[in-house]
Amino acid sequence: MKVYFRTIKDLPVEEHFGPGQLTCAGCGPSIAIRWLIKAAGSDIIVVNATGCMEVTTTSYPYTAWSIPYLHVAFENAAAAASGVESALKALGRKGILDTKAKVMVIAGDGGTYDIGLQSLSGMLERGHGVLYVLYDNEAYMNTGIQRSGGTPHFAWTTTSPVGSKLRGKVQRKKDIMSIVIGHHIPYAATANIAYPIDLANKVKTALDYLDEGPAFIHVLAPCPPGWRYPEEMTVEIARLATETGYFPLYEWDHGRIRLNPPSNTHLDKSRRKPIIEYLKRQGRFSHLTEDDIKEIEKEIDEYWDYLARLIKAFG
Amino acid sequence: MLGIREEIVKERLGLTSNYAAAYAVKTVDVDVIAAYPITPQTTIIEKLAEFVANGELDAEYIPVESEHSALSAVVGASAAGARVFTATAAQGLEFMHEVLHITSGLRLPVVMAVPGRALSAPISIHGDYQDIMNARDAGWIMIIASSAQEVYDSIIMAYRIAEDQRVLLPVMVSYDGFLMSHTTEPVELYHEEYVRKFTPRNLSRYRLDPRKPITVGVIASPDWYYEIKYQAVHALRESKQVIKEVHEEFNKAFGTNYDLVEKYMVDDADYVLITYGGASSGNAKEAARRARERGLRAGVVRIRLFRPFPADELVNAVKDAKIVAVVDRALTPGDVYEGPVFSDVVSALYSRNIEKPVISVVHGISQRTMLADDFYNLYKMLDEYAKTGVYPRSTVFLGLRS
Amino acid sequence: MMRLTWRDLPIGGFVIEPGNARNNLTGTWRTERPVIDQDACIRCRICWMYCPEPAILELNKPYTTRGGKKYDMTYEIDYDHCKGCGICAHECPVKAIKMIPEVGG
Repeated sequence: MKVYFRTIKDLPVEEHFGPGQLTCAGCGPSIAIRWLIKAAGSDIIVVNATGCMEVTTTSYPYTAWSIPYLHVAFENAAAAASGVESALKALGRKGILDTKAKVMVIAGDGGTYDIGLQSLSGMLERGHGVLYVLYDNEAYMNTGIQRSGGTPHFAWTTTSPVGSKLRGKVQRKKDIMSIVIGHHIPYAATANIAYPIDLANKVKTALDYLDEGPAFIHVLAPCPPGWRYPEEMTVEIARLATETGYFPLYEWDHGRIRLNPPSNTHLDKSRRKPIIEYLKRQGRFSHLTEDDIKEIEKEIDEYWDYLARLIKAFG
Repeated sequence: MLGIREEIVKERLGLTSNYAAAYAVKTVDVDVIAAYPITPQTTIIEKLAEFVANGELDAEYIPVESEHSALSAVVGASAAGARVFTATAAQGLEFMHEVLHITSGLRLPVVMAVPGRALSAPISIHGDYQDIMNARDAGWIMIIASSAQEVYDSIIMAYRIAEDQRVLLPVMVSYDGFLMSHTTEPVELYHEEYVRKFTPRNLSRYRLDPRKPITVGVIASPDWYYEIKYQAVHALRESKQVIKEVHEEFNKAFGTNYDLVEKYMVDDADYVLITYGGASSGNAKEAARRARERGLRAGVVRIRLFRPFPADELVNAVKDAKIVAVVDRALTPGDVYEGPVFSDVVSALYSRNIEKPVISVVHGISQRTMLADDFYNLYKMLDEYAKTGVYPRSTVFLGLRS
Repeated sequence: MMRLTWRDLPIGGFVIEPGNARNNLTGTWRTERPVIDQDACIRCRICWMYCPEPAILELNKPYTTRGGKKYDMTYEIDYDHCKGCGICAHECPVKAIKMIPEVGG
């Protein structure tokens, strides 16, 4: 990534989002949106999919957005954004509208992994200059915590509850980054609300690349009611996700894969914190047995092995 | 009239209604086209792709991955201030159905061409108006054309109507699938300058612009939804006035004769068939002429503007008839009568306190062949009903093997 | 607000005043409020960075601590919007922020 902000002192002051939105106290995605928009600046048009962020920020007659904003439906943010981007191109070419505005999609895991996957794939295949940001709170939170393709293995949700026969989500978390990278776009990266400097740099880098094609950022954003933890822990739990190797920070940048700090030291398993540190703080994992935790550890090790091989091939 | 046509017509080509639609879109300086193929609309987007590839049309052509995305993309583009176009039919129109409501709710001047096709199941590629009628509550202005020339002219008018600051609603221009979409007719194409002059851009409508940031697509609680939705309902009702104005202006500028309903030999008619689309109306007119030769005072009213429904114009046209039949090419199963436009006609008459026998007829489903004979027989049936005072109290399904 | 009729509203449900959600005072949600000890605060910017609302204001207000340390910035809580989540207190590296119960009324 290009480094626009080196230290916390370099981060931009101007706010273009909030306050006054109806998000829960301690909302992880709210932190994500705040930094996405700050890093992008005011020359941006946001296209938002239905979800927590859309509903809490556009409750008529209020809007938390100080930049132009469009919401159409749940599964089509990428399609609508394709239209916005095309309009700006055509109108600019015809001299009707003179703007340097960039287009950013903001969608949750529900609207991306599942119902929105078709339109995301179409947008990536067509090569629109749009930055698609996925804020991942790992379930359909807006409708009350139902499982999505992004929900992790074993997690409790209302549609993957813990009972006597089935205990939490049976399936594993879909690897959305691999799907996106498979479209061979110029830039894709993971980010985490606990690392806003890294996130802001990735946003600006991605926006720079939009002349070449689409970009994608996958942001982990914990949710207090959905993950079952006290709201002051949001940033700590997000940080632990990366420190334990559950959610590594990395970039796909023009065909090369690079791990970002602190994940760049985590190829060595001994440098990762034990996964129990992440799991034990969340009520959605409180039913895990020793075997379950070992299974999760194995899955993380397998994912790191996969990443290591990718880095060897594409590093 | 001849004088104007000579000046404004650039050339006369043999075009299908689909190609006529594509030429109309080319001429109005559209900015963004979203394209997804589905029979019987596909040749529209193929022709548009040719225009764009040859540099004849300066527009962004988005080959979307589904119809839901087709309408979503033009919604996004329209919200950003662009002039847009897309086309679909049948299953595609169903797939994008939620976005139809969103488009009108967001007051976006999208124009869409829909050559009508039967709805699955069973799957059918053949034409009728089931798909179009199924969209009639989505808050769009809906025009039904009856010739390729009319498709061309209606799409030009559609942009003018949609973008009028008093309207700001999407417009659907529909016509017969296959019977019109794939049938070649002579079409007179206008010089671009006249069309552009007739369709100036509305640059003062709200749009996504960082210099004046707005939020489009809110969630509204019960305290607000009703008023916001009512605005669109009111706008659709009031748009009839703007549509009339635009028709008058177009007729004057282009030497045409369009109206909200087309009246054929109705002034002294005892028996009137109410139809829509090309094949139905053409057959009905032919049958009316034959009926007249045999002493029946027959007439046809063709509905051209379907939404908002032109109740006054329709009632005026049929108020002196003895008996009226509505020939629907779509189905409303489970309804009191099973034809959609029949219900609108009966409501219109009831609302003006006019009592009159109205027969519900269904024909041409999934392009079941409609003969002029069938329509002539309808006139004879109406004559019989008028004499006996006994007429069917349920929908008559013409052509059904039973 | 509730008296506005369908004729008074912009069409389409468009909200044309950017960021007007700031008129929605979410500060009324709190059960606890953060209090910054300005003498302990080292102006590291971390609380400001992590606040979700944001409800921490970065002000160009000079401040001299009791111990004589001079700063030219001050961080203050926007109590109109602070929801009392406690992230700021939790993340503060020097524990300069305390969460104290809201006193009712």
